[in-house]
Amino acid sequence: MRIPPRNTQALAVALLGGATGLTLAILVFVIVFILGKGLPVLSLGFLLDNPQEMGKAGGIFPTLVGTLILPLAAIIIALPAGVGTAVYLSEYTVENPATRIIRFGTDCLAGIPSIIFGLFGFIFFVTTLKMGWCILSGALTLAIMVLPTIIRTSEEAIKAVPASYREVSCSLGATRWETVLKVVLPNALPGIVTGVMLSIGRCIGETAAVIFTAGASLRLPHSVFDSTRTMAVHFYILAREGISNENAFGTAAVLILSVLLVNSVSYWMMHRFISRRTK
Amino acid sequence: MDIAIQISNLDLFYGAFHALKNVNLKIERHKITALIGPSGCGKSTLLRALNRMNDLIQGCRTTGEVLLEGKDIYGPGVNVCELRNKVGMVFQRPNPFPLSIQDNVSFGLRVAGQKNSAILDEIVEKSLQNAWLWEHVKDKLETSALELPLDQQQRLCVARVLAVEPDVILMDEPCSALDPISTAKIEELMLELRRRYTIAIVTHNMQQASRISDYSAYMLLGEMIEFGITTQIFENPKDKRTEDYITGRYG
Repeated sequence: MRIPPRNTQALAVALLGGATGLTLAILVFVIVFILGKGLPVLSLGFLLDNPQEMGKAGGIFPTLVGTLILPLAAIIIALPAGVGTAVYLSEYTVENPATRIIRFGTDCLAGIPSIIFGLFGFIFFVTTLKMGWCILSGALTLAIMVLPTIIRTSEEAIKAVPASYREVSCSLGATRWETVLKVVLPNALPGIVTGVMLSIGRCIGETAAVIFTAGASLRLPHSVFDSTRTMAVHFYILAREGISNENAFGTAAVLILSVLLVNSVSYWMMHRFISRRTK
Repeated sequence: MDIAIQISNLDLFYGAFHALKNVNLKIERHKITALIGPSGCGKSTLLRALNRMNDLIQGCRTTGEVLLEGKDIYGPGVNVCELRNKVGMVFQRPNPFPLSIQDNVSFGLRVAGQKNSAILDEIVEKSLQNAWLWEHVKDKLETSALELPLDQQQRLCVARVLAVEPDVILMDEPCSALDPISTAKIEELMLELRRRYTIAIVTHNMQQASRISDYSAYMLLGEMIEFGITTQIFENPKDKRTEDYITGRYG
């Protein structure tokens, strides 16, 4: 039996619309559910006070600091290495077996569960290099974890820059490096920022790799050689050990709000940059 | 004949493909030399050999000599960036950067390390004037170059080349994306620029070659078939193949 084209069209619209609606509904439900349980707990004190009784009472201030510093340090380490690799792969080499192996390697690295990275970080940074549980161990581990994402998104963004831009730049006397700096990277920036956003999101939400490497200390860190606890880890411990469900949801709400904030701010900054370049 | 560029025994290969076969050509200073021929005959490749843009293509190999002011541009110790400053290029499609008009024109200078904004402003103004664009854009130098109409974008690309003060300007079918009125403007501009620059142009358009060029070179399958004064090439071609092409029996 053959369905007339007009009906298949209507069916397709209904199915695709339904899929979109379902996705949105689930997303909204999760956010509303967590914010609904978490927001009543929130107060200025909850954000700015130190935790008491392992987090049963008091606030979450040290974990807020930990959540800020750990992903930031990880990105500071991963960004130059990742973008540098992407520039090298796309601008300084031609397709050959070696670059294909590098790409295959980064793809494999991207698919490895985070706990493996955590285990590696624990064995290598924490014990072998005797760095102990600290922000630096955690940041290095997270940097390795997000490196594939940054490399691949940066590479795609760099490839999307029209070849004619490079050609013109060279024809005006620019070297390859000047072309990369003045033409390729500025035009690839939105894509690179997207990769960084994804990476920050992964770092903020990470638990397994962080517990193994940065530890779970509730004290306020004074340097990168101190242990710290991120909000995600705090939430995990509060819920897992049944310390306080209310505070767990409160932490989760802050976590969600901070991810939203980071996303909004960086998109705003990116649009400002683009519109300033081509006003 | 006052020679700006002398090409001798130039062969060029893309991998195994022999794209230019023993090409010899003299390009006279402050004249317009047109390279004509059917698609794939190697005229764009020849043009790009003159500022070594073919270097950007993997597996491209060149033998022979291209003398610019008596110096082989393929010789040892040649700084390719300096060469490209002397031999500028305008491409087929207008291709301004997604930057302001000002930043487009000053790009080559900024790359070369010029930071003094007074000097930059002055050269930008002069270049835009020489490309007959200043009157149209002087009040909106900060707006995006992409908002200009196509023919103005192409003249902006000319201004961008003029700003680095080249001796030679290569034009690779500069009017193929433009309508007849815009084309006429660019042609008029080329005739004006000829007074101070040596120009080599690749064109598909026979009328254009006969209208603006002083010399024409007819190429076929990577070979230079005939070269001479444009009126001679168009009115009294010596080679049968040139005649067939000019009269439209081929290509």
